[in-house]
Amino acid sequence: MTDETAKQTKQTELSERLAVLKKNKAFIVGASILAFWIFSAIFGKLIARYDQDFMDYESINSAPSLKYWFGTDSNGRDVFSRVIVGSRIIMVISFLATLLGAFVGASLGLTAGYLKGKYDMILMRILEAISAIPVIIIALLAVAAIGQSSPIITILIIGFIFTPNVARTVRAAVLGESELEYVAAAKLRTEKTLHILFREVLPNVLPTLIVEFTVRLGYAIFAVATLSFLGAGLEAGSPDWGTQVADTWTLIFTNVWWPTLFPSLAIASVAVSINLISDALLEVFEL
Amino acid sequence: MLRFVVKRIGLSIMTLIMVSLIVFLMTSILPGDIAKQTLGRDASTEAYEIWNKEKGFDKPLVVQYGRWMGGVVTGDLGISLQYEQPVSEILGPAAGKSAQLAIVALILIAPISILGGIAAAMNRGKKVDRVLTVGGLSAAVIPEFVWAVVLILVFGVAIRAFPVSAFPDEENPNIFNSIYHLLLPSIALLFVLFGYISRITRAGVIEALDSDYMRTAVLKGLSRKAAVFRHVLRNALLPTIAVIATQVPYLAGGLIAIERVFNYPGFGNILLDAVIARDFPLLQTAVFLTGAVIICFQLIADILFAVLNPRIRQRVTE
Amino acid sequence: MSTINTPTLELRGLEVAYTVRGIDRQVLRGVSFSIAPGEAYGLVGESGCGKSTAAFAAMRYLPRNGKITAGEIFFEGKNIVDIAEEDVAQLRRSAISMVYQNPATALNPTIRIGKQIAEVFALSGASKSDAMAMAQDALTKVQISDPAKVMRRYAHQLSGGMAQRVVIAMALASNPRLLVMDEPTTGLDATVEAEVLDLVRDLRRDTGTAVLFISHNLGVIRNMCDRVGVLYAGALVEQGATADLFDNPSHPYTVGLLRCIPRGGLHKSAERLDTIPGTPPALGTHFDGCVFSARCALVEDKCRTVQPQMVNISDSHVARCFHSDKAIAIPHSIEKIEIKSTSKEHSAIVGESLLNVSHLSKVFTQDGHQVRVVNDVSLTLGVGETLGLVGESGSGKTTIAKLILGLVAPEDGGIITLDGKGLAKTLNRRDVQDVGAMQIVFQNPDQALNRRHSVTRIVSRAVERLRGFNVSDALDRAHELLLGMRVEATLHSARPVQLSGGLKQRVAIARAFAGAPQLVVCDEPTSALDVSVQAAILNLLVDLQKQDGTSFIFISHDLGVVRYISDKIAVLYLGRVVEFGESNQVFQGPHHPYTEALLSSVPNIDGSSRKRIPLTGVVPNPSNPPTGCVLHPRCPRMTGSGVEHLCTSTEPALNEVEPGHFMRCHIPLDQLRKVQTQ
Repeated sequence: MTDETAKQTKQTELSERLAVLKKNKAFIVGASILAFWIFSAIFGKLIARYDQDFMDYESINSAPSLKYWFGTDSNGRDVFSRVIVGSRIIMVISFLATLLGAFVGASLGLTAGYLKGKYDMILMRILEAISAIPVIIIALLAVAAIGQSSPIITILIIGFIFTPNVARTVRAAVLGESELEYVAAAKLRTEKTLHILFREVLPNVLPTLIVEFTVRLGYAIFAVATLSFLGAGLEAGSPDWGTQVADTWTLIFTNVWWPTLFPSLAIASVAVSINLISDALLEVFEL
Repeated sequence: MLRFVVKRIGLSIMTLIMVSLIVFLMTSILPGDIAKQTLGRDASTEAYEIWNKEKGFDKPLVVQYGRWMGGVVTGDLGISLQYEQPVSEILGPAAGKSAQLAIVALILIAPISILGGIAAAMNRGKKVDRVLTVGGLSAAVIPEFVWAVVLILVFGVAIRAFPVSAFPDEENPNIFNSIYHLLLPSIALLFVLFGYISRITRAGVIEALDSDYMRTAVLKGLSRKAAVFRHVLRNALLPTIAVIATQVPYLAGGLIAIERVFNYPGFGNILLDAVIARDFPLLQTAVFLTGAVIICFQLIADILFAVLNPRIRQRVTE
Repeated sequence: MSTINTPTLELRGLEVAYTVRGIDRQVLRGVSFSIAPGEAYGLVGESGCGKSTAAFAAMRYLPRNGKITAGEIFFEGKNIVDIAEEDVAQLRRSAISMVYQNPATALNPTIRIGKQIAEVFALSGASKSDAMAMAQDALTKVQISDPAKVMRRYAHQLSGGMAQRVVIAMALASNPRLLVMDEPTTGLDATVEAEVLDLVRDLRRDTGTAVLFISHNLGVIRNMCDRVGVLYAGALVEQGATADLFDNPSHPYTVGLLRCIPRGGLHKSAERLDTIPGTPPALGTHFDGCVFSARCALVEDKCRTVQPQMVNISDSHVARCFHSDKAIAIPHSIEKIEIKSTSKEHSAIVGESLLNVSHLSKVFTQDGHQVRVVNDVSLTLGVGETLGLVGESGSGKTTIAKLILGLVAPEDGGIITLDGKGLAKTLNRRDVQDVGAMQIVFQNPDQALNRRHSVTRIVSRAVERLRGFNVSDALDRAHELLLGMRVEATLHSARPVQLSGGLKQRVAIARAFAGAPQLVVCDEPTSALDVSVQAAILNLLVDLQKQDGTSFIFISHDLGVVRYISDKIAVLYLGRVVEFGESNQVFQGPHHPYTEALLSSVPNIDGSSRKRIPLTGVVPNPSNPPTGCVLHPRCPRMTGSGVEHLCTSTEPALNEVEPGHFMRCHIPLDQLRKVQTQ
């Protein structure tokens, strides 16, 4: 009987939160846009109308038409297909980079916030130093030092750069939590530090972490796109959105705007959709 | 107070040293051979060695670091591999250009964003607020280069209202013309920064609006308007401006994309060229100086905040 | 404008609703009362009864989601419900002022005090320099000793009592005809509270301002007000002249409220506290009949369906009850608990020595200063006894508790023995038995219970760890314990957030008893609770003690509560024990001068007047304590004692002045007895 009520209370809590989410227009818009891009990231080839690398030499730089919805680029490639297929690259890289940053950052933040003392002091100094340099600049430095760029390197760099932000957010939340008396109560029943960290404190910090994750994901899109635009992400010619803009944007002076505008809008729409979702989560979790 | 300032400066110096170490170690330890990258893969091993020796890259890391830092402290920033000129001679003028752009941008951005934040706070929960906050933050997550490209497309190419280069006209290089050329890039930065600054402002104003002292002011018989002016803005904006000062330099990263798109010979453009050319002496120093400027900004903001805020932290024991 | 017949403030059938999650929830239900010029009218009731809402409605200052849905508010005969915002501001500038809880946050942190007060004078047209001069006069009026200096200070540089004086000065600056005071002394220490109340009384005598006084503290209301109204669930249930209402309460709720307060030297050994069964209704609950019917012992069918009207008890006394004649004789509520004994492993005899603490000290480093928060504290406690720790904020009560529990390590030299066994300094060096033997119930259950865990888990995990039970046995034991604490089975799987404050505290107590403790520290366990809930919690603790022989260290700022539950009392000042002894000895005296001042500052709910022994000045900074006896700059008994030179030069030791009664004072006991009985 008690288990049943437990289930019920859990369900009502969840359904209450979901109900609030469902009412949030920004969330619905954001989630729909993101769902569309996730779908194209997975099934992009099925939606694409041409192969992303197929070059139609008959129609180079042709304006949007029924044949080429978003027009073609200077190599005669279908912009629509490239935008759809290109979604996978940026989304996978951003997601994995954020995951890496969130995982490492959360671990560092949890331990620093709970253990305090010298460890915390030194760690925070290092993280502060890393975050004293703007994300794009430190990423460029890393790319230059490594001497080559690839998706994996981009993931590692962005993940590394995001670590301080996540760590600081989590640390602040943990510091607040560990002042609370339930932590003293756990010590008073001989709980080990790891148990207190992961079973007592972490569940209370989780909403903060989730929101931080979505916020970081938005920045990851921002950073990955910018890096590819600056030529430090992926090799030229890739259907990646940032690279597409980099490859084509000078054409806008000749009024060939479509190969640039559509991937730009794609980047904007993903970034905004993630922002709308994190904003709604912030509201629902009442952070 | 003095103790606080001294302590804060000490911390900043520590962070700065840490930044220099990170920058130095990233270029030295990460895989990737500078000589190979510069001379190309086909050069002989001897050529690499000679080159390394010439540039001092054969010395132990400690010596290299010491030489670099010693140079930075004494004003000798090293020689650029790419231009074979002193780094200071390249970075100096570029930094001046970037500063011009940043100043024009900030003069445009700060008042608009702060007013936006105040407007959102005063209309909390209403439509104005939703539009400003959700819209502002959505705009902020769109990369600068996207804004820059779209702005050029709309205002530069389609309606031709603004020049597409940030460089002033050769024949007409007066200050107004310079500013006119810097407007479009500044607007691109505005879109990215508005969301952050207005959100910080909004939070500060709302905190003050909800405060007990605001209630006191209203219950004293002040009109809402007078209470907001005398009690809310004063308390909300000082810390807000301090927070902005610490946040804004982070977005200096955005200058790179903006300068590239608007073809503006600033610090960001030089930095990007250095990345492409693997010009490490130039790159290291440029990145370190960026960090140093940001740390200085934070230091000044922190100290100002402490000076302007009469509350000196007092922790109660029980 | 205002004649003798026109009340200063009159509420007629006032109804206020708050919109919460889109639904209007009624907070005030047809509240009517009036305050004559110069009169002090008190509103009492437990949290959520709407008393603050009534106060803010009178100021025409409701929160953004609040609105007046019916009724009228007359100020000097003029209905102010619908007047324009500018006219409201004019009223606030000239005729109505307010003083509220948390004076520290009520002042603007970045504007100097003088300027903030002067602002009020400037509003009524004074020039800048005149306004500043008037502000300084205003500070003098509220008995601030160095007003010129205080003028230049910022809010954070003032003590709580000083800040409240400043707020009062600001409120009186406009020469208001009505002063609304919402819990003006809540959160202040007892001695400071007494000073502020004295000040308000003096000012009222001088100015003749009418006062609407809101408080949850019946003692304060009794001492401050001419007439009193009792609010329950947003309805005024009883109203009368203060003495009539307190001596002859005629609504079952008032009767219950008065009975559940431990007072008049009541002790656990003699009498259980009365409680009001059930819990107050949720915000906006709809009632067909009497608002109190669900919790009333005299309830009949009629009470549930028909709303009772006010019945005259006497000329000046009305109650909203069908049974007002029977209310005072309501049978005492008896609440029984049955728990299977939690501990029988250690069956010591009650009174035998259990805890010995000697030379306990703690120094914190704060901004480079060494602050001795606890200074050479020695205490003893027997099996099945309660030691009450008494003292104002900053006296070190909570730190002592943490030192004993091992949550904070004491300085070298401090010794803690439990049941004859010396304990390690910190928790992680103590074995499971030692840790389980001493547990704590915190003040704020919201922070003490992990909000992500279920009630069962919170308790069962403690059973598991401290008693070595396996998971399923621990669960069974947890359910048993919770039922024993009267937490119903249906609530065991709930999260703390779904429980009321009283229930949360019961869960916290269940957790503390999970390891069959010998000693439980109760750190202000009822301070966050309403008095009716407090009584039930105190009864529960006493029952547990009687049953298991558990000892308590009970920390509270409420001397009535401490007196009720304690067998021994330690009085603390600046981290030092200044008096220690049997409860009777400490409360009946002769007292240490500090204890004397503390006791005399408690507003007496029985209406008997008592001379207050004031403590002058403020608590000194513990990083720089006074020389000699730390109390001497404030001591009410030093002057004329003949030992002044000792007091100012040498710190007295904690001497046994009579068997079992220890005191840290140079003045001989007989001399204290003599001056204190005069």
